[in-house]
Amino acid sequence: MIRVQARIEQSTLMKIASPLLAIFLTLIFGSVLFSAIGKDPLQAMQVLLIAPLSDMYNIGEMFVKMGPLLLCAVGLSLCYRANLWNIGAEGQLLMGALGGSTAALAFIDSSSVLALPITLICGVVSGMLWAAIPTYLKLKFNSNLILTTIMFNYIALYLLLWAVHGPLRDPEGYGFPESALFSDITTLPILFDEGRIHLGVIFAIFAAIGAWVLLNKSHIGFQIRVFGEDEPAARYAGFNGKKISWIVMLFAGALAGLAGVAEVTGPIGQLIPSVSPGYGYSAIIVAYLGRLHPLGALLSATFMAVLYMGGDLAQIEIGVPTAVVGMFQGVLLFFLLACDFFIRYRVSFITNNNPIQE
Amino acid sequence: MTISSDHTDYRIELRNITKQYPGCLANDAINLSLQPGEIHALLGENGAGKSTLVKTIYGVVSPDKGELLWDGDIVQIKSPSDARDLGIGMVFQHFSLFETLTVTENIELCLSKKQLSSIDNLADKITELSKIYGLDVDPSRYIHSLSIGERQRVEILRCLVQSVKLLILDEPTSVLTPQEVSSLFVVLKKLSNEGCSILFISHKLHEVTEICQKATILRGGKVISTCSPQDESPSSIAKMMVGDLADQDAGYSKKEGQQIILEAKDFTLPTKQPFGTSLKQVNFSLKAGEILGIAGVAGNGQDELMAAISGEDGRSVDNMLFLNQQDIGAFDAGERRKLGMANVPEERLGRGAVPEMTLSENTLLTQSKDFVSNGMVNWKKVQTYAQSLIKDYKVKCHGEFSEAKSLSGGNLQKFIMGREIGQNPIVLICAHPTWGVDVGAALSIHQSLLELRDKGAAILLVSEDIDELFLLADRIGSICDGYLSPIVKTDETDIEQIGLWMAGSFISDSQETVL
Repeated sequence: MIRVQARIEQSTLMKIASPLLAIFLTLIFGSVLFSAIGKDPLQAMQVLLIAPLSDMYNIGEMFVKMGPLLLCAVGLSLCYRANLWNIGAEGQLLMGALGGSTAALAFIDSSSVLALPITLICGVVSGMLWAAIPTYLKLKFNSNLILTTIMFNYIALYLLLWAVHGPLRDPEGYGFPESALFSDITTLPILFDEGRIHLGVIFAIFAAIGAWVLLNKSHIGFQIRVFGEDEPAARYAGFNGKKISWIVMLFAGALAGLAGVAEVTGPIGQLIPSVSPGYGYSAIIVAYLGRLHPLGALLSATFMAVLYMGGDLAQIEIGVPTAVVGMFQGVLLFFLLACDFFIRYRVSFITNNNPIQE
Repeated sequence: MTISSDHTDYRIELRNITKQYPGCLANDAINLSLQPGEIHALLGENGAGKSTLVKTIYGVVSPDKGELLWDGDIVQIKSPSDARDLGIGMVFQHFSLFETLTVTENIELCLSKKQLSSIDNLADKITELSKIYGLDVDPSRYIHSLSIGERQRVEILRCLVQSVKLLILDEPTSVLTPQEVSSLFVVLKKLSNEGCSILFISHKLHEVTEICQKATILRGGKVISTCSPQDESPSSIAKMMVGDLADQDAGYSKKEGQQIILEAKDFTLPTKQPFGTSLKQVNFSLKAGEILGIAGVAGNGQDELMAAISGEDGRSVDNMLFLNQQDIGAFDAGERRKLGMANVPEERLGRGAVPEMTLSENTLLTQSKDFVSNGMVNWKKVQTYAQSLIKDYKVKCHGEFSEAKSLSGGNLQKFIMGREIGQNPIVLICAHPTWGVDVGAALSIHQSLLELRDKGAAILLVSEDIDELFLLADRIGSICDGYLSPIVKTDETDIEQIGLWMAGSFISDSQETVL
């Protein structure tokens, strides 16, 4: 007989093992799938997970993808720790890209050293603004944050498309929906000669460390955790729930906005319609895979970036569509949530045990 | 499956009932037997295994070992409906009634088809039964319009409709006024005379000596002793339960308060919840160096009053609440805490402490001023302080890294009490401080409160336990339906008077004076 029992205390081992187990199960699922469509599963896994780390250029590209994922995931981790279901990192990222691009295009003939900082600040502020509206609606009218943030993702996307087809389009671009290339003064410096690793990656790593310090060492971080885990206790202790909501939402918006502006001023170098391949959504999975822990997000963002890279390589080398990445992400989240069950419950197998002897 | 046995004169007999929970042996080879018509008390501290045992009888919990005999036959009770079929009825501590349904509908819900077909008209049957037993329940009324005492009578009726042979009552008197308790006892005695056995769980020992013929005392999952309460006194039973502590917790001296610290003037606040209680023109003044006790049956506005005073309610009020003559009506809970108010809430886990945080973290929950500089927490200092709290208040736990939810109710309460007292508050508001807490922990909580009072703090004590209020409070009043009675010196009143106030006898008077 199989018996499921609630654990007395949450299992720390399972908290760490659960994401690893989920990754393992996802790989098994992927192997079966690749076999089914007639590809060699070992080769597929090699392309998906090993090849992205095989040379300096690929590693560099991996970091380029890790940056925005990590920035968004760190912000989301804080929101989720505070029990605020912000799904709007994608929109905040796009608005950051749009706000930053507007500034960068205004500085296109400038040579001021302040041009880049101002561009970055514009991106950050745009992201914050995009997070602020749903936050205000929630606090004022008790609207559902999940729904409003998702809707704002679409509004942001269409604003960006409108801008890139209209006011921000390069007048000398033969009608293509792209802005002019930004000048060097508003482009993020590249850190190494090889590859495209830019300053934004460093920002992301600092953001993760900073968020960890905030959450674990500061009083406001403690308040965020209490607020998320046990709202009546936060009210009892006299913590200001509105203030906490504003802080985490604006923080998440700022980081997502920074991710967006760092994309357009970094690897892309101009505003294009497809700034993000869904970084803001993938960051939700990254945040969970990292156990809503900023430093955990560092590892999970790396893993997710490898998967993004692997998807690109798989398309080229073994001819499977990049949609495989989205599918892997979905399956991974599915297994993760299933494995998390074992943090709170234990399953034991018991042999015949008649409770009442006669 | 039934096998005959020789003890035919017992209604129910438990033999060697054992139940192991993860990390805790709840019942260890328990033997217990009841004759028809016997009123039997089941006594013990919290966590002694009483609830597990009665849940075993009622089929909610299945034992790991042991057997259960009903009228001399071995039976297996696999579910509450098996138990009901045998004639076992149970009234839980927390009632299981649907507030939006009528009495008849609620009773109908737990009857099987067979039982329903044997009753012509359920409403008539309810009226008839409530006449016979003097229960006075109108079958067509909605549950939410009934008082707690009336709801309990509905629960009892629900058992009576099924012609019950064994009635289990889990702390039935903890929610009743003294007058309601006596009328409950009349019903129980009548049932017992008719041959119905009654298993009665209580913390109140004088009740046990009053109506029970036998008592079984549990400690740590084992039967410690069996006695006949009529031959014992409450204190001798208490000694069997916990040792010598009970004697110490008595005869505290009363004090006179000094200047007024906290004042409510015609405090009126509509309820937020559909079945909540609005506060109506509440007036009191709490003085430094006194304990002001507020009695009342649960759900008469105590929670609302506490939330309004602590600021957790969140709504701002004008000119109604004053701390040292300052209007604090617009301040939130955090600001009120900064002014020196501390608060021991009714729910310990989930409000007074975050279940999945450690005791250190829970220390920081309400006590931040010494541990936070420039917004950063000095965790070393918090841990040292948490250790000293654990030591000073004798909190049984593994240490400052234990999660709050791993502590027993009494130990967590001692911790919360220590944390709040440690802030040297000028006002402490405290709800049901010893509810569900064992005698030993209650004693130390009482002494901490008195110590704080003697240091000059003003303490507002809300409790359903009227004995506790008479023990601790210097002045006392009662809350009913959101109205607060006049406040009188505890020495100059008696349980009878407060009991009448708990039932609301003062309300018409006070309204007249207002008009």
